[in-house]
Amino acid sequence: MSMKIYVPRDAAAKALGADEVAAAVKAEAAKRGMDVTVVRNGSRGMVWLEPLVEVEGAAGRMGFGPVDAADVAGLFEAGFGAHRLALGLTEEIPFFKSQTRLTFQRCGVIDPLSLGDYEAHGGLVGLRRALEMTGPQIVAEVTESGLRGRGGAGFPTGIKWKTVADAKADQKYIVVNADEGDSATFADRMIMEGDPFTLIEGMIIAGIAVGATKGYVYIRSEYPDAVEVMHRAVNNGRALGLLGASVLGSGHVFDVEVRVGAGAYVCGEETSLLNSLEGKRGVVRAKPPLPALQGFLGKPTVVNNVISLATVPVIMEKGAAFYKDFGLGRSRGTIPLQIAGNVKFGGLYETAFGLTLGDIVDKIGGGTASGRPVKAVQVGGPLGAYFPRALFDTPFGYEEFAGKDGLVGHAGLTVFDDTADMLKMARFAMEFCAIESCGKCTPCRIGAVRGVETVDRIAAGDPSAMPVLKDLCNTMKFGSLCALGGFTPYPVMSAVTHFPDDFARSKEAAE
Amino acid sequence: MPANPSEDRVREIIADHVALEGPLLPIFHALQAEYGHVPQLAVPVIAEVLNLGRAEVHGVMSFYHDFRKEPAGKHVVKICRAEACQSVGGDAISERAMKLLGVDWHGTTKNGNVTLEPVFCLGLCACAPAAMVDGKVVGRVDAAKLDRILAEVGA
Ligand SMILES: Cc1cc2nc3c(=O)[nH]c(=O)nc-3n(C[C@H](O)[C@H](O)[C@H](O)COP(=O)(O)O)c2cc1C
Ligand code: SF4
Ligand code: FES
Repeated sequence: MSMKIYVPRDAAAKALGADEVAAAVKAEAAKRGMDVTVVRNGSRGMVWLEPLVEVEGAAGRMGFGPVDAADVAGLFEAGFGAHRLALGLTEEIPFFKSQTRLTFQRCGVIDPLSLGDYEAHGGLVGLRRALEMTGPQIVAEVTESGLRGRGGAGFPTGIKWKTVADAKADQKYIVVNADEGDSATFADRMIMEGDPFTLIEGMIIAGIAVGATKGYVYIRSEYPDAVEVMHRAVNNGRALGLLGASVLGSGHVFDVEVRVGAGAYVCGEETSLLNSLEGKRGVVRAKPPLPALQGFLGKPTVVNNVISLATVPVIMEKGAAFYKDFGLGRSRGTIPLQIAGNVKFGGLYETAFGLTLGDIVDKIGGGTASGRPVKAVQVGGPLGAYFPRALFDTPFGYEEFAGKDGLVGHAGLTVFDDTADMLKMARFAMEFCAIESCGKCTPCRIGAVRGVETVDRIAAGDPSAMPVLKDLCNTMKFGSLCALGGFTPYPVMSAVTHFPDDFARSKEAAE
Repeated sequence: MPANPSEDRVREIIADHVALEGPLLPIFHALQAEYGHVPQLAVPVIAEVLNLGRAEVHGVMSFYHDFRKEPAGKHVVKICRAEACQSVGGDAISERAMKLLGVDWHGTTKNGNVTLEPVFCLGLCACAPAAMVDGKVVGRVDAAKLDRILAEVGA
């Protein structure tokens, strides 16, 4: 029997040498005349252990990591047994074992491109159930689950679907927002690279629910690996009758097309994304009309984040009540936390809403990678607030974070140690907004440029600049059309509020 | 990479995508994949085939950071400037790259070998600082790794 060796194809694993490891495994097996099949799986999410190589053992999959190509011969020599890099059973590693993996249940486990593997691990159960239900029943189930949009705004997914379902039109669309531009986020990328059929299954269920026959996945161009895996998965799905004229022989029509963005952060905003998909400049559209009623090419369109849709199969598989049972307050179910930056155990950790920020950073993340004290954690990407240790008791939930002048966003966390200069981070937030502004409204377009200048004045010790910065933030917050201009004040003002010492620069110090 | 884009070939590339709903970005991407940039002789052709104004085609192209009017260097090195990379010393990596290459962001080295581009997040934020070399991802970039990358691309 052939021995299976798993070497992830996930971009983070590749960035740490997984392709070289896979090649070394094949070469070493050939040299030893062994029959080895290398499976390029997704990542288990423990990025500090990547490349994480696994072999099938009697009790389950045994992990080794982080593996360098130069370690491969030694691993063979040790018979993939006792070895310096041996981690034991992968699923017993505390970081993994303590998770509640629903959306990511198969990610890192299966061959992402094998529909057979997908089905053998519970895939398509949700879709098969959906095929026995009416559109309104599916919409009701998703509404009942309490699932809220994971793209940032947290809008209830079922309610969005109902608007599209109730709209009358000859053509409707499902558009997946895979623009994932926030720093510290990689959940969309990981699921697309590690379990793309989960996303495809979620899109099909959405299509059946609202009466849409065509889906687009708009993936940012910074993700060439995800683009490749999604293309191949869609082709496999078509060849095997999952996609096309009759989904699994049900008579339902649904097809998927993968599109690639072109390096504009604002195209993650849903209306800007739709313009981009139509071949226009990615400027934000005024709402109303809602994309749900007049979206892609003016037709009713569901725009959902990757994780929102990739969570639908497990909801349909296990039922709304099962999913809803996890969580805190109005934040139901699980959330894939992405723990990044200066952190010891960085990676993806799926868990029910409700852990405190402190537990996430100190217990799960293990504190900083540098070993220095944690100074700040930015939650929710470049539009999210910086949290000081004093707010580490905040539980992870939409309302709980909003109550502390922050946001959950796409659930990315960037950890900074005490060498971070929060004035510099505030300046960067303004600079980023200036670079990425779509240009439609003045508070954002001009305000962000003024913001950079104003922070520079503060850095130079000009005491009159601080009130100007605060005013500017207020104007941006209330006068911007979308959250790029509207939320940039979050990182800026949280830095000012929680880390005043970094802004109290005397003239001498600045010179 | 064909050096001289011909109108015939440009028309072929456009024709391959014209049936798509919203074909303009896929056309730009296909042209850039073939030529390393979007040749400006394509603009009037696209305008004609898609029934758009030339200014509109230009306007769309210039909105996006990815599309180039001019060829880049032989290799493109992108370095992440976003927050997670900054938290582990990304700024120092960017500065070192600029110094070693003798260019600013978007610049190309004198020998034409390397173009340096900023990028805002590659989704490698748990193994930062991150970079991308001709579409290949690199994580945990430190000074030694950067020097090796730049030597490999002939800086
Ligand atoms: C500037 C900006 C960038 C955004 N980027 C993303 C993104 O990359 N991915 C995403 O899913 N949503 C993003 N959003 C949120 C979308 O506009 C929208 O709320 C989301 O796609 C809806 O899907 P959901 O309900 O499933 O979250 C962004 C919003 C703004 C204002
Ligand atoms: S806030 Fe900025 S990005 Fe948003 S619509 Fe206005 S100019 Fe465009
Ligand atoms: S912030 Fe640099 S890769 Fe995400």
